[in-house]
Amino acid sequence: MTVFTTSPTQSSANTDEPVMFRTHRTRDRILSLCALGVLAGFLWYADTYLGDYTVRILNNIAIFIMLAVSYNLINGVAGQFSLGPNAFLAVGAYTAALLTLSPDEKLQTFIIDPLIWPLSEISMSFPAALIIAGLVTAFIALLMAIPVFRVRGDYLAIVTLGFGEMTQVLANNLTTVTNGPLGLKSLTPYTNLWWTWGACVLTVVCVLRLIRSSYGRAMKAVREDETAAEAMGINAFRIKTLAFVVSAFFQGAAGGLLAHLITTISPSLFSFMFTFNLLAMIVIGGLGSVSGAIIGAALLTWGGELLRFTEEPISLFGYYYEGIPGMRMVIFSLLLIGVMLFARSGIMGRNEITWEGIFGFFRNIFRRRRTIA
Amino acid sequence: MDAQFITQQAVFGLTLGCLYALIAIGYTMVYGVLRLINFAHGDLLMVSAYFAFFGIVIFHVPWPAAFLGTVLLTAALGILIDRGAYKPLRNSPRISALITAIGVSFLLENLGLVVIGGRPKTFPTPELFEGTLLLGGIRISNISMWILGVTAVLLLLCALVINKTRIGMAMRAVSRDLDTVRLMGVDVNRVISFTFALGSALAAAGGILWCMKYPAVEPFMGVIPGLKAFVAAVLGGIGSVPGAAIGGLLLGLSEVMIVALWPEWSGYRDAVAFTILIVILLTKPTGLLGEELPS
Repeated sequence: MTVFTTSPTQSSANTDEPVMFRTHRTRDRILSLCALGVLAGFLWYADTYLGDYTVRILNNIAIFIMLAVSYNLINGVAGQFSLGPNAFLAVGAYTAALLTLSPDEKLQTFIIDPLIWPLSEISMSFPAALIIAGLVTAFIALLMAIPVFRVRGDYLAIVTLGFGEMTQVLANNLTTVTNGPLGLKSLTPYTNLWWTWGACVLTVVCVLRLIRSSYGRAMKAVREDETAAEAMGINAFRIKTLAFVVSAFFQGAAGGLLAHLITTISPSLFSFMFTFNLLAMIVIGGLGSVSGAIIGAALLTWGGELLRFTEEPISLFGYYYEGIPGMRMVIFSLLLIGVMLFARSGIMGRNEITWEGIFGFFRNIFRRRRTIA
Repeated sequence: MDAQFITQQAVFGLTLGCLYALIAIGYTMVYGVLRLINFAHGDLLMVSAYFAFFGIVIFHVPWPAAFLGTVLLTAALGILIDRGAYKPLRNSPRISALITAIGVSFLLENLGLVVIGGRPKTFPTPELFEGTLLLGGIRISNISMWILGVTAVLLLLCALVINKTRIGMAMRAVSRDLDTVRLMGVDVNRVISFTFALGSALAAAGGILWCMKYPAVEPFMGVIPGLKAFVAAVLGGIGSVPGAAIGGLLLGLSEVMIVALWPEWSGYRDAVAFTILIVILLTKPTGLLGEELPS
């Protein structure tokens, strides 16, 4: 689990920040670096001693944290209820996969229709492919922003959902680019713990920085009241587009990581189910909180693995229990409905975990002990 | 490519359009009253299909009784979903209710998968609905005629209920201004429940007819019809019942016609609806017959 700081923005003009934060900035930064060191140590330990299954779960957690944190940027922070991250994920995964496959492998994969020319010859290294996957996805988000942000609220949800469905239709039919329903197979498994967690930490840091900048404050202003924000001189369209494009960049890169983790991608993988899972993560974690998105993603990914037994046959005390597929999704949807009905702010609400908060928590415990004694 | 071919395709398109229209009315009525996209509406179609299937195959209920029971049960389920999942969120941001609706939709689909299993089941179509009619070189299956007829009757009934009865008047009033109507002493929750019941009953009728046309019952069968019916509702102008009917027919016709005229584009059939949706929202967000709804 990553823990991070509330180091405020660099501008020293922010004199209205509580004094506490300013004096502890160096301490917080050092603590964050220590936490990163602990994480790196743990990853080294996991990489060396833990089995393939655990490593795979850790990889999934990192990718889902990356996805949930960037999804939370557009849905929670900017308040634009997008339902299209599966489209971005698909674009990123296909772009990265097409860039890393060698021309020979592409020739063997595209058996129905050959791959179109420039793509069939290009082959590049994994990191370059990831960055280009992010950039391509961000560019597509930029194009989508023009129609998408002409509507608001639930209409926006439906339009983005429509784009998600259309991406799947395109992936199935553009056989000269995507190989149609067969998908792309036998990608090199470049993705490992260092790539996933590195990208994950980078995403969290970038998104936090963005949220704490003036752009982030503008996003929150647009979320609370778009008309009022515009009256204050904020260009709402530009701010929403910024959130959308940045979130798409990271989702595209995460798509590339995912593709090279599971090594086989096909259009059916990027269905609305993916978006639903991400939505459940950020809602359960607390819509609008980065810490919440991280907790939600880790909890549901790990919990999903723990609950795997519900879908597999087991025999317990002589009773044979036939696994039931779909059980996990039933539990997740009940969780989502339950959170919406009874605890709408989720685990974190809109709060963040901070070093100050952690210290304050322990200080309170000790103080209470002393008064009791 | 002659007149006969075009007419034949038009019959197919109208049949599909009728089914979209039946489902779209439920969407549009609930949206009109609550400003909520009831994501679970498409899944009610799936649930109704299972009700009818189990009624006929497992409990050996004669099909007219099974169909009637299905409509009533689905209407009750619609009320139950509203009371359980949406009513507690009436005064919270609209997005909360939308998220809950998505949750309910996934719950219904996956409950179907857990309880009944994912293998598609063949719907036991009664003999009355089988066979085809040859009319001047155009083949019209009996079920198509039934779909057209039943849809016409149901639309008429629906229009009568909305325009001529007290509860219909209350529905129209609630869609204008819920709070004021409540102050006037109308039991708003009863009106909303009735709206859900009516919409779900129409979805059940659509579900039964859908299954007789495409006789494979499976837990995710409601997703695509549901989404397309929503597009039909937006196309006709969300909140407007005649608009939903017209939108459904137009969407069905255009889907079938585009594939008939350009067969090489058949893979993109599912994208037609969403393209229409995006174009409509960009050019005329109120749809064909809709008017600006107070939000």
